[in-house]
Formats: sequence, structure tokens, C-alpha cells
Amino acid sequence: MGETVLSRGRASRRPTQWVTHTALILGAFVMVAPFIWQLLTSMKTIPESRAVPPTLLPGTFNLSSYERFFDMVPFWGLLAVSLGALLLRVAGQLLICALAAYGFARFEFRGRNLLFGAFLIMLMAPSQLFIIAQFDLVKGLGMLDTVPAIALPGIFSAFGTFLMRQAFLAIPREFEEAARLDGAGSWRIFWQIMLPMTGPTLAALTVLTSLYSWNDLLWPLIVTSSKETMTLPVGLAALQGQYGTDYPLLMAGSFIVSLPLIIIFVALQRQFFAGIASSGLKG
Amino acid sequence: MTSTLSGRGANTRPARPARRRGAAVGLLFIAPAFIGLLALYLIPLVRTVVLSLMETGPFGGGKFTGLSNYEALLGDEAFWHALRNSAIYTAIVLIGIPLAILVSALINNARRGRAIYRVLYFLPVVTLPVAVGMVWRYIYNGDFGLLNQFLGLFGIDGPSWVADPQVAIFAVAIVGIWMTLGTNIIILGAGMQGIPEELMEASSLDGAGPVRQFFGITLPLLSPSIFFVSVLSVISSLQMFDLIYVMIGRGSPALDGSKTIVFLFYQKAFIENDQGFGAAIAIVLLMIIMAATAIQFRLQRRWVFYG
Repeated sequence: MGETVLSRGRASRRPTQWVTHTALILGAFVMVAPFIWQLLTSMKTIPESRAVPPTLLPGTFNLSSYERFFDMVPFWGLLAVSLGALLLRVAGQLLICALAAYGFARFEFRGRNLLFGAFLIMLMAPSQLFIIAQFDLVKGLGMLDTVPAIALPGIFSAFGTFLMRQAFLAIPREFEEAARLDGAGSWRIFWQIMLPMTGPTLAALTVLTSLYSWNDLLWPLIVTSSKETMTLPVGLAALQGQYGTDYPLLMAGSFIVSLPLIIIFVALQRQFFAGIASSGLKG
Repeated sequence: MTSTLSGRGANTRPARPARRRGAAVGLLFIAPAFIGLLALYLIPLVRTVVLSLMETGPFGGGKFTGLSNYEALLGDEAFWHALRNSAIYTAIVLIGIPLAILVSALINNARRGRAIYRVLYFLPVVTLPVAVGMVWRYIYNGDFGLLNQFLGLFGIDGPSWVADPQVAIFAVAIVGIWMTLGTNIIILGAGMQGIPEELMEASSLDGAGPVRQFFGITLPLLSPSIFFVSVLSVISSLQMFDLIYVMIGRGSPALDGSKTIVFLFYQKAFIENDQGFGAAIAIVLLMIIMAATAIQFRLQRRWVFYG
């Protein structure tokens, strides 16, 4: 992304650079300010958080609201549920989408395009269309209030199937033909040759699916009701329902819960951006 | 429009038949996904359609009543309010798109610091919507929220943003812009990277300034990406739920004035356990999304430029 214009006149660009950066920094401030306010408030006392006029910095930087948060919320339990659902959903989705995508990309059979089209349409429709019956199904299977139930519908993804199919189509056929001459079967070719070559796509898909899984609210809210199977967003929303006016507590909690994904994002920016740029479709 | 990921481009030469062994093996690869599609999507879809035609009680069971749920829905004031609120939310979030175009153009123009700007503008996208809603609910507080205290500096007495039924949906939609800006910037930024540098150079040799280049070259060549972003924005905005749930919440006086379609759906189907009515809402939502998308595809002929 560094290949900008070197040939254009330097002097003429100076002023536009200046204006550009001023505007971007102002905008970035609006994007970041709520986070700074959240962090500062999390270290204030309750009266400080309601002060008029507001104080910018807490009187003393105290972490008591973090202690309150960990006392009131079974954080590690919620984290385990959120992580468990995320791992199930990501692993399941990568495997099932990759398999289906390979089938669509490399095999000829009657009605293939029709079936692929049906996949995409079904999985792109708004989730509310399926949720009631999905809930009944999960309930019928006795899976309400379990971690697999949280992950289940998201394992099947139009976006993932589409993206993986693109990745397989981009691999030259010669690789498979050579392997086939060496006597490798379809499964081995898929598993040992084709799948490893889609690394960047798998990475982007992993990152995006993790994001959706971590942030999802409606479905976990519906299929879980006990404290033991709440995800972090559900637990956080419940905390607000109970302690809606303890702002230092709420800011501390929302900060802690957002932090893991923010750290992962900063570390894996390229994969996030690749995933988003390839499509903003819901996963 | 989605083949930009690997940069290799879609090498879609017509597939050669994989020597007839193909069919069976191929179907085997697709089978797990197909079973999931059937059990979790196809059958549920049929069930939703059937449910929407039934009167259901809170304890299951029910009898076929034709279109009575739809009639009740269309006669329900709450539905029309929800529709209005979703429309307002969506329209305001769409205003975020010109903003995203501007920011991506600026980032594209910056010679240094592109990476850090992208990260900063993207932060809200990777933050839990629940957490985002909580922080903004605090900022929006009518008595001691940061926003009203800031407005107070200019002598403006701001309302209780999210407790006031007249303004709550607008306040939530502003957060919607803030939260989706990063996604739009990345998609549009990828589109801008695809604009050939020679075009820019040629035009600046012809004496075009940055503003004329923006309107004459960047904008038309970016229009497919803009179209894509607006289709996605409409689809996801019409499904807004999280922010309403967290920022307004049940029991708030502003809820009726700011409830979206999906919130109404959640309330009817899962709080009041009226599955038939909920199913009818879901079907109507699908029709609205399809209509909105179809309209956008119609209109694109007038303004999207496929060079």
C-alpha cells in the first residue's frame, strides 16, 4: 500500500498534506474519544462519574470499579463460554465451508450451480427468518443453555463458502493433476494440498468469524438463560440491567470485555482488513 | 465484486469434468454443509412461513388462521412505529457513506500514517456493540453526560438523548454511523487502491487539482464500491438490534419511540412468546429487505459507473 505518487510535484502537495492530516486527526479524535472517556471513567468514583462540570481525570486513579466488576460478574466463566462458542463456530465453519467450497469449485455434477445459488440465497437472508424455528430445533434436541447451541447456526456460512470457493478456483489445476498422477485420492488432495494453499483466505475468514461470534447478542440471548452459559455480551448487558447507574463499573466492564478483541485486531490488522475488504457480508 | 481478497483474482476458467468420478465425491464434500443448510435454514424457513399463518399460544400448539397475523401486524401501531424507526436509523446510517468516502480519500491522500489512521477509525468495528452502546449511553446522559456538558459550553441545553422518545432513535443512529464508518472505509479504501495511478497522473499533467480529480476520477471509478457499501449498509441497518437493546432497553420511556423492527420481533417472538406474530414480522422484514435491495439495484443504472 506504500506505492503512492512519487512523480507528482512535491511542493504543490505540501499544503494538501497539511489539510489532510489535520482533518484525519480531528476525525480520529472523534473515533477514539469515547474509548478514552470510558477508560478514564472506569477509574473514577461514582460521584466523580456524575460530576457537573465533569472532571477530566479521576481524583485518584483507583481500580475499585474493576474489583467490583470481577466480584459481581463471573467473568472467567463468561469468557470460557464466549471462547468455547467462538472456537466451535470458527473450527466448524472453516471445515464445513472449505469442504463444500471445494466440492463446488472442483467437481462437476448436475444442478451444481443451482445448489450453489440456493446456498448463497438461503444463508444471506436475514437471520430472523430462521431464528424461531432454530430455537425450537435446539430446544427439541435438549440443547438449550449449552455452548454448542450458541455456535450452531453460525457454523454454516454463505460468506465462508463463497470466499473459500474463490480461493480454490484461483489455484491452478496442475497441482491436483500432479498429485492425482502420484496416486493421491480426493480427500488427501483436499486436505494436504489444496487446503494449505488457501491460508490467507482461511486467516481472513477466521478473523471475521471470530469477530461476529464474539460480538453476537441476539442468538446467545435467545438460547441461553442461565449464568453458566451466558456469553460476555449477554453478561455485560445483564450487568447494565442491574447496575445501570454505576457508570465506573459499567465502563470498567465494557472495557475489559472489549479488550481481547482489540488486542487481537491490533496484532492481526491485515487479516481483519482483508476479510472486511473482501466482503462486509454477515457471517 | 468480492474477489479482491487474495489479489490473485478469480481464475475462473471453465471447469473440466473431473473425470466422472466427480459427481459422487463432489456431493460427499458438500454433504455436511447441505445437511446443515437443510436442518438449520431450509426447514426453519418453511416452518417460519407456516407459523406466520397460525395463531400460536405461549405454550406451543396453534391453529391455522390464514393471514390473520399479517392483518394484525398491519393494524398494529407498534409495527408502523418500528418500521418508521428502522427507516430513520437506516437513512441516517447511509449519511455515513459520504463521510466514509471523504475519510478514505483523505487516508489515500496521506503520505504517512495510513496504517495508524486505518486502525484508529476501525476500532469501533471490533468493539462489542454492547460495550459501544453502554459507553454512548453514558455520554448521552441528559444530566451529566459528556455531550450535554460539551454543548453547555456553547449555551446549548441538550435533551436527554436516549431517554427522550422524540430524539432517541436519532441519537442511536449517530452511534450507528460511528460504529460502521471503519468497515466502509476499508471497503472503499480497497476500491480506491484499484484506481489506476496513471489516470491520476495524466489528469494532474492536464492541470486538474485534487478536488477535480476527486469528483472527475475517484468518485466515478469508486461508484461500484459505493454501491456495494450502500447495499450492505441498508441490509444490516434494517436488522439493527444490539444498540437499541443496550442504549434504550426494556422499561425505558423512549422504547416505543425507538424500537426497531428486529427489536419488535424479539419482543413478540421471545418475550411474549407469540411465535406466529413474530414469524409474520420476520417475513415482512424479508420482503422489506428484498424491496430495498431491488430498488438499489434499479437505481444503480443511473449512477454506478462500470468502466
